[in-house]
Amino acid sequence: MIQETVWLISLSLMAIITAVFIYVAVNSSKTVPDFEAVQARALSFRAKLFWTLLVAGVIIFIATTQVLPYATTRGEVSADAVEINAVGKQWFWELSQNEVEAGTTVIFNVTTEDVNHGMGIYDSELRLLAQTQAMPGYENKLKFTFSEPGQYRLMCMEYCGLSHHTMIIPFNVK
Amino acid sequence: MTNESSISPLDKSARYAIVAYLGISALVFVLMMLLGLLMRMGQAQWLSIPPHIFYQVMTAHGAGMVGISGLAASAVLWYFLRRHVNLTTGILWANLVFFLLGVVLILGGIFLGGYGGAWTFLFPLPSHGMGVWGVSGAASFLIGLLLIGVGFLLLYLDVGRAIISKYGNIGRGLGWPQLFGNSTDFPPASVVASTMVVIINIAGILAGAVVLTMILINLFYPAFAVDALLTKNLIFFFGHVFINATIYQAVIAVYEILPEYTGRPWRVNKVFLAAWTASTFMVMFVYPHHLLMDFVMPTWMLLMGQILSYLSGLPVLVVTAYGALTIVHRSNLRWDMVSGLLFVSMFGWAVGVIPAVIDGTIAANQVMHNTMWVPGHFHMYLIVGLVAMLFGFMYYIAQNGAPKLLDRLAFWVYLVAGTGFCMNFLASGQASVARRWAVHLPEWVGYSHAASILAAGIALAALVFALRFLTHMGNARTA
Ligand code: HEM
Ligand SMILES: [Cu+2]
Ligand SMILES: [Cu+2]
Repeated sequence: MIQETVWLISLSLMAIITAVFIYVAVNSSKTVPDFEAVQARALSFRAKLFWTLLVAGVIIFIATTQVLPYATTRGEVSADAVEINAVGKQWFWELSQNEVEAGTTVIFNVTTEDVNHGMGIYDSELRLLAQTQAMPGYENKLKFTFSEPGQYRLMCMEYCGLSHHTMIIPFNVK
Repeated sequence: MTNESSISPLDKSARYAIVAYLGISALVFVLMMLLGLLMRMGQAQWLSIPPHIFYQVMTAHGAGMVGISGLAASAVLWYFLRRHVNLTTGILWANLVFFLLGVVLILGGIFLGGYGGAWTFLFPLPSHGMGVWGVSGAASFLIGLLLIGVGFLLLYLDVGRAIISKYGNIGRGLGWPQLFGNSTDFPPASVVASTMVVIINIAGILAGAVVLTMILINLFYPAFAVDALLTKNLIFFFGHVFINATIYQAVIAVYEILPEYTGRPWRVNKVFLAAWTASTFMVMFVYPHHLLMDFVMPTWMLLMGQILSYLSGLPVLVVTAYGALTIVHRSNLRWDMVSGLLFVSMFGWAVGVIPAVIDGTIAANQVMHNTMWVPGHFHMYLIVGLVAMLFGFMYYIAQNGAPKLLDRLAFWVYLVAGTGFCMNFLASGQASVARRWAVHLPEWVGYSHAASILAAGIALAALVFALRFLTHMGNARTA
């Protein structure tokens, strides 16, 4: 699951930064006679740090952008996908179909008749699996394969006024 | 580093203005934090808050916090930059007047007009209040924002004018002759940072003014067609730039004050200049990372959003945070409220980079966008980073940094509760809790219990900081 991975990475990196700050704070009362020397060492380490982060960033960028969620909206067709129209309105969803078989790939054509909404697919454990925005005058196509059966929910992911938090519609995967 | 004795004294009017900016900010921060606490307690179901009230409070908290951060941060910029260039005190006051007028209209729009369309006023929500608010509430809110924008625009135009008249042009303010040539006559850090802020904030405020005007016209003449995707781009450009600029202004306090405490200069060199020039461009072009879930946006812009999100973390971590760490390390510095809060602020900014960068990754954004992850990362920047910087600056200005027991206590509560509160947001975002929901699903409520307690801690600690400033502001620095 993306969330778990992301959470672990975040916690680890944040812990490293925290440790560095604590280390510096704890040692701040000590002194070194020669700040120039401290600075020279710090600068040479900084150069290494910079290049390491840059290279890591490039690698992560390439690795994470191999599959983008935009292809369907750009016109890529998926032969046996089921198309479902999802229209957001203040404050309910209108779906052309609210049930599919497990294993079905669905293309949600998401738009709105009034303000911005967002459509998030939540599983029965309330985990967010994918989302897209619902924009007035535009149609975002969200492709998602429901591999597991269960009672899913589509919930509003963009603030749309008074009843934003009630824009939930069940979606059944048999 | 600036030589104390060479600093010309602040004239009385400028001194009062700085104190007024900071005094008002201190109060508003505490008040807005209480609104934040209210929201968390509502989500915790400890208080029963009707949804329309929740969303009004959310709108006030968002607009109030962003606005007051801008105000307080501009005081930091002004206070230090005036040591190097000739700023106009009258404009500093004019900005405050515009700000207060704007606040009146905003509060009226929200609490009298019922406007609850969030500080981001995403088109066409302002005109779709569905009976909760009408045209007048929305218009009052939007015009209020516009007025605040006019004030800030005047202020940054004056700052730009002053920098140009001393240094010749904007590029020189950023140190380009030194960056791209052999001159070693570097401009001071405050000038470089201020120049960057002038560029980005003038661009940001103008974009904001354009989009506010479009939405206002549409509000009264719906036949005036407005494109929802275009306005979204403009709004996020403006919003992203403006809130980020607050940190880039407030960090001037770190550049100026930490060296005073450690006796080590903050070196301006090519790396520093390169970092600020790079940030100038990145802060402006990174905004599409707010639109990663708008699939109709051009792919190249969204990829640019991800790349720049990664890159813009680098100057923060490798130049500013790293620089602060180097000058503090084994420096035998004097710890007090000023140095303590400034040090904490560097921690908050650096540590907040991580969840921000992660959210800027398209693959992660698919399951993090508009979850609590988002307020999680920006509250880390803002509570533990920015606001700590600003309170540190207030202690510095009021010259009451030597901590009493109460200050010490408030400091630790602020640090621990602040970090904990943001980690709680992040944890709930990671667990898919949606942001901006007045009423949470039963499974989500537990997070808000812990968050409410932590929020109360932050607000109490901030109250101590604020009262300390308000009771010592008579002792404000005269230079
Ligand atoms: C005690 C401290 C604070 C508390 C308890 C608090 C609480 C909250 C809460 C509960 C939300 C709404 C979360 C949701 O989407 O469900 C929020 C949003 C926000 N907060 Fe805070 N906050 C605090 C401090 C700050 C500070 C210091 C700033 C800025 C300097 C800030 C800026 C914002 C902004 C811009 C939003 C977004 C509003 C929106 O979604 O429209 N907050 N805060
Ligand atoms: Cu909605
Ligand atoms: Cu909604």
